Amino acid sequence: MLLIHCPYCQEERPELEFRNTGEAHIERPKDIAGISDEEFEKFFFIRANPKGVTYERWRHIHGCARFFNAVRDTVSDRFVTTYKAGEPRVEVERGDDGVLTVKGAAQ
Amino acid sequence: MSGANRIKGKGRLTPAKTLRFKFDNKILTAVQGDTLASALLANGIHLTGRSFKYHRPRGMLSAGPEEPNALMDVGRDAVRRTPNIRATVQEVYDGMQTRSQNRWPSLAFDVGGLNNLASPFFAAGFYYKTFMWPKAAWKKIYEPVIRAAAGLGVSPTEPDPDHYSNHFAHCDVLVIGGGATGLSAALAAAHAGAEVILCDEQPETGGAFHHETDATVGGQSGWDWAQKVTAELRAMDNVRVLTRTTAFGYQAQNHVGLVERVTEHLANPDPSLPRERLWQVRARQVVIATGAIERHMVFANNDRPGIMLASAARTYLNHFGVTVGAKVGVYTACDSAWSAAFDLKQAGVSIPAIVDVRPDPDPALVARAKELGIEVLAGQAVLDTSGKLRVKSMKVGRTSGGSTRDIPVDALIMSAGWTPSVHMYSQSRGKVVWDEESQRFLPGRNVQDCVSVGACNGDDDLGDAIAAAAKAGHEAAIASGSQAGEAWTAPDAETQTSWAGSMMGSAAGAGADTTVKAFVDFQNDVTAKDIRLAVREGMHSIEHVKRFTTNGMATDQGKTSNIHGLAIAAEMLDKPLPQVGLTTFRSPYTPVTFGAIVNHSRGDLFDPTRRTPMHGWEEAHGAVFEDVGQWKRAWYYPRAGEDMHQAVNRECRTVRDVAGMFDATTLGKIEVVGPDAAQFLNLMYTNSWDKLEPGRCKYGIMLREDGFIYDDGVVGRMAEDRFHVTTTTGGAPRVMHHMEDYLQTEFPHLKVWLTSTTEQWAVIAVQGPKAREIVAPLVEDIDMSNEAMPHMSVRVGKICGVPTRLFRMSFTGEAGYEVNVPADYGEAVWKALWQRAEALGACAYGTETMHVLRAEKGYIIVGQDTDGTVTPDDAGLNWAVAKKKPDFVGIRGMKRPDLVASGRKQLVGLATKDPGIVLEEGAQIVADPNQTVPMTMIGHVTSSYWSENCGRSIAMGVVVDGRALMGKTLYVPMPDKTIEVEVTDTVFIDKEGVRLNG
Amino acid sequence: MADIAHATRTEPLAGRIGGAAGVALTPAAPANRVSLRADPADAKALSKALGLELPVTPKASARNDHGRLVAWLGPDEWLIIDENGNPLADLEKVTALHSAVDISHRNTAILVSGKGARATVQSGCPQNLSDKVFPVGSATRTVMGKIEVVILRTAENEFRVECWRSFSDYAFGMLSEAAKDCLA
Repeated sequence: MLLIHCPYCQEERPELEFRNTGEAHIERPKDIAGISDEEFEKFFFIRANPKGVTYERWRHIHGCARFFNAVRDTVSDRFVTTYKAGEPRVEVERGDDGVLTVKGAAQ
Repeated sequence: MSGANRIKGKGRLTPAKTLRFKFDNKILTAVQGDTLASALLANGIHLTGRSFKYHRPRGMLSAGPEEPNALMDVGRDAVRRTPNIRATVQEVYDGMQTRSQNRWPSLAFDVGGLNNLASPFFAAGFYYKTFMWPKAAWKKIYEPVIRAAAGLGVSPTEPDPDHYSNHFAHCDVLVIGGGATGLSAALAAAHAGAEVILCDEQPETGGAFHHETDATVGGQSGWDWAQKVTAELRAMDNVRVLTRTTAFGYQAQNHVGLVERVTEHLANPDPSLPRERLWQVRARQVVIATGAIERHMVFANNDRPGIMLASAARTYLNHFGVTVGAKVGVYTACDSAWSAAFDLKQAGVSIPAIVDVRPDPDPALVARAKELGIEVLAGQAVLDTSGKLRVKSMKVGRTSGGSTRDIPVDALIMSAGWTPSVHMYSQSRGKVVWDEESQRFLPGRNVQDCVSVGACNGDDDLGDAIAAAAKAGHEAAIASGSQAGEAWTAPDAETQTSWAGSMMGSAAGAGADTTVKAFVDFQNDVTAKDIRLAVREGMHSIEHVKRFTTNGMATDQGKTSNIHGLAIAAEMLDKPLPQVGLTTFRSPYTPVTFGAIVNHSRGDLFDPTRRTPMHGWEEAHGAVFEDVGQWKRAWYYPRAGEDMHQAVNRECRTVRDVAGMFDATTLGKIEVVGPDAAQFLNLMYTNSWDKLEPGRCKYGIMLREDGFIYDDGVVGRMAEDRFHVTTTTGGAPRVMHHMEDYLQTEFPHLKVWLTSTTEQWAVIAVQGPKAREIVAPLVEDIDMSNEAMPHMSVRVGKICGVPTRLFRMSFTGEAGYEVNVPADYGEAVWKALWQRAEALGACAYGTETMHVLRAEKGYIIVGQDTDGTVTPDDAGLNWAVAKKKPDFVGIRGMKRPDLVASGRKQLVGLATKDPGIVLEEGAQIVADPNQTVPMTMIGHVTSSYWSENCGRSIAMGVVVDGRALMGKTLYVPMPDKTIEVEVTDTVFIDKEGVRLNG
Repeated sequence: MADIAHATRTEPLAGRIGGAAGVALTPAAPANRVSLRADPADAKALSKALGLELPVTPKASARNDHGRLVAWLGPDEWLIIDENGNPLADLEKVTALHSAVDISHRNTAILVSGKGARATVQSGCPQNLSDKVFPVGSATRTVMGKIEVVILRTAENEFRVECWRSFSDYAFGMLSEAAKDCLA
């Protein structure tokens, strides 16, 4: 069971309180009714599913009930950081030891 | 004296405390503190079972959890028995019943032993290669026979009467292992102020001090020091010491599973105690102090009862006061076996010879052996053994060849050196690293917040290891945030026992001979020859060798065998051992009972059962219940002599003729509140909510972004800024989640909040011509006349003196109400309504009748008539899709080319030509019944019932371009006949809807 | 016109008693409960109406002299529990934007008390409920076994476990099982 840092509760809480809700930073087009089939396909169906750094949405569904974003390494299962919904994407970098950290954060 | 092999004055047990237990049909005596293994050995019994594949006689190999052979059936009675219990771990209690396994008809004479003679046929990969043809024979002949002959114990057939508990525990420092270094680390961490959990799988801490009696710590014997430290730890408020507790799984972020055996050693356990406790520990820091496991020597016939690990023999002697034989041979590549020999000799046991494969063992050891009068055969090997049910002699010769000599023995102890127990480290996802100098795998970089100390880390010197462990424990405490404490310095320690010397793979006695049985993995009967064969057959990866031979795949997880198997494979491949690699260690470290894993979650607690406030009344009135998710819902109410069909027919008729009462509490409800509530619902539903006046309600459809129907329900507007939304029973949680998702992440600018009120309201549907007559007299403050309160309206007032949200709505096609009252009043209001309903000739009806009545009206059920690929147009619900709204969820998805193309399956009514036939739901529909199979299927039946009100069967289904086929005949082919159906619209009763306004 | 008999309130756990050595399980008295949603910037106005300070930090709760209890559940969500007064009525006069929804009957509660109380609740709850991390006054929404609950620590050896009505049978059963081993 993972521990996940909830940016609203400001502490690590057990995974059982959370639900993963898919890839992050995919914005619903403002003029969704007017977009092309290709744009809709890209928005709704296409997902990156990368090995390594992944941006994903979680919901602290059995806690504060907030949605938030997380950066996680799918190889080690390790969370790099979590941040509130609506905040900009946090850039990360991989160190020589293979561990991901937030770009520019003090080591 | 309990057992002839008990040596007076040896061991730590109290001889006066005797116990009796049953082994097969014999009653034997043991001493309090004995394991089953030590008690059997005290009674001169080595033979405990037959091996897995060849049914070879086997006895104890070890004195601990690594035991591959001595697996027995242990229990208190016929119900409380467990197969495959390691005799070396199980403590004896008075009245314990034990049985040997995998033998028939008896342990000494076993028919399956023929497999041993036929063993050339049972080499590695035999099953894969032999039983390939004919395919059908596998299921009927090969598999049952193989399964019956192989396998170990027999599972109990009765439900487990014991109970198990679960504890989530959090600590600063978890120390796994209560040997010298684990204790040292735990005490240092505890003194530094950390919250500490220390676990050890044995009844007592002390680890290697169980056998290593020549060690001193702080001027006292290692054992005494360990017990003193343990007592000190137990007395500290910030420490929990768990003995008989195995750390079996190391998961992400220092989540470690421990299982504590609470009553398995007690003759008469308090029934309130759980049999086992599962501790789910979350530790900030973990100190791994899991020690090392001794390896056996791989040589011909190394598996006879009486042949065992040297450290085990030393444990039986020094801890349990039991000698494993009267004439004990020694075969070793490691110094520590010499110490065992010396201890045995000094206890009066004859040691015919110490055979050491090393040409020049430590001169000090040789001198000591001479002093004790033990013959030393250096540079020699045990080439073979004899003895049927117990070892009788060992054949000794030079490793370089030449003459041999048979030495009579009744036990043979051996050591090929020690394997650091890196299981926990490896489970933590750490990668082991080959240490060239000491020729072993050791923990590498720590991936989690953990550290390995002591023998599992390759720390051989006792004094240094204890000091290093204390430092590690202190640092772990500091790293976990402890500040308050003090430093604790480990005392000086030293030992006479040396752990030097090691060999991996087959010894001289294993030979290249293909008929020799030199066992590598005892539990799975894997020999050195099998591993060579695997390599010859092309298995070059150790993972393939493992699976081809099953080496290390038994319940002991290859604790004694993995390194030997790897070394033999490496030799065959002519590669350095580390290049061949090590297989992955997985949890559980030792087998864990299902009881411990599921703990509380069984019986009533397996899954929550949700009941409505009216459940008790329904039960008392004979309702039969159906499961709808976790809910129990009244299905139908049979009266005396009625079957389901008759009950449902009566209920259906009564509702349309008089009225009926239905418990609709389980419907999901969400209160949507805020100035932007209508705007939010505009986005969530296909419908438009702007013009819905307070006091009115409307049926809404919710889509997913892909344009398919997700849920539906009636929404009432309570005020300008407040809506009462209902969802399907099953959809309640996911609709709430779906709406919160959009609100929080896509439309956060909207001023609106969502609150689940599913369980706030008990909902009583009263439907039928007399519905108003039933409800109205109990209601205050609401004008319920048709004019004042028409169909699809909602009012707030009182019923039976308590608040109600009274909906005029219908899922039956009759005039009706849904009475919402705060849930705790549900039963009382239901009873008051029932009093009136019953007097007027109405009935209570269940979900089956509800389904029939709604189908008569063509009302869909999301999830039954839709399946996640149905659009509003497919379902004939285009009228509910607002045409002018700029946006709602699904607005773009439902315009995708495939969703607007012709040829989609559309929901239609289906009337069988023979009105008496009720179609099967899910049955396929074809246009031409005379096609050859496979036919072109153009749709399927989604809902189908006998309708007593229509006097015939009714059905709905989805059919390709179905609405264009009105009046056409289609066919439903069934195994025994083909049924003709006519395509109709979906409304079977009251097509004009006049009854709604009655 | 028939008599309008006043319906009586039947609590889902009415009459249940439970516990074991070290812990007692008691169904809580019926209470008025409100799910309050608002921007935390408006906490002041709401606090004034409610007669207690709405907590704005995670896991915090507040209680006033009249026994009204309020727990922070999320950044814009509070659970108000009152066995005597009517918080919904108090909130009616507040003009600041908010949502107040009556959930008096949605939830029910079990009081867990005794020296084994913490262990009993902890048995099914993966969150750390130790004194250090979850001192008296803490409150959290979390899971217990297979259901969602709100746990409030009301005293050193006293916890209040709130759950939805239909899950209360499971919650009581789960706590009863855990109670058996609470002194481990």
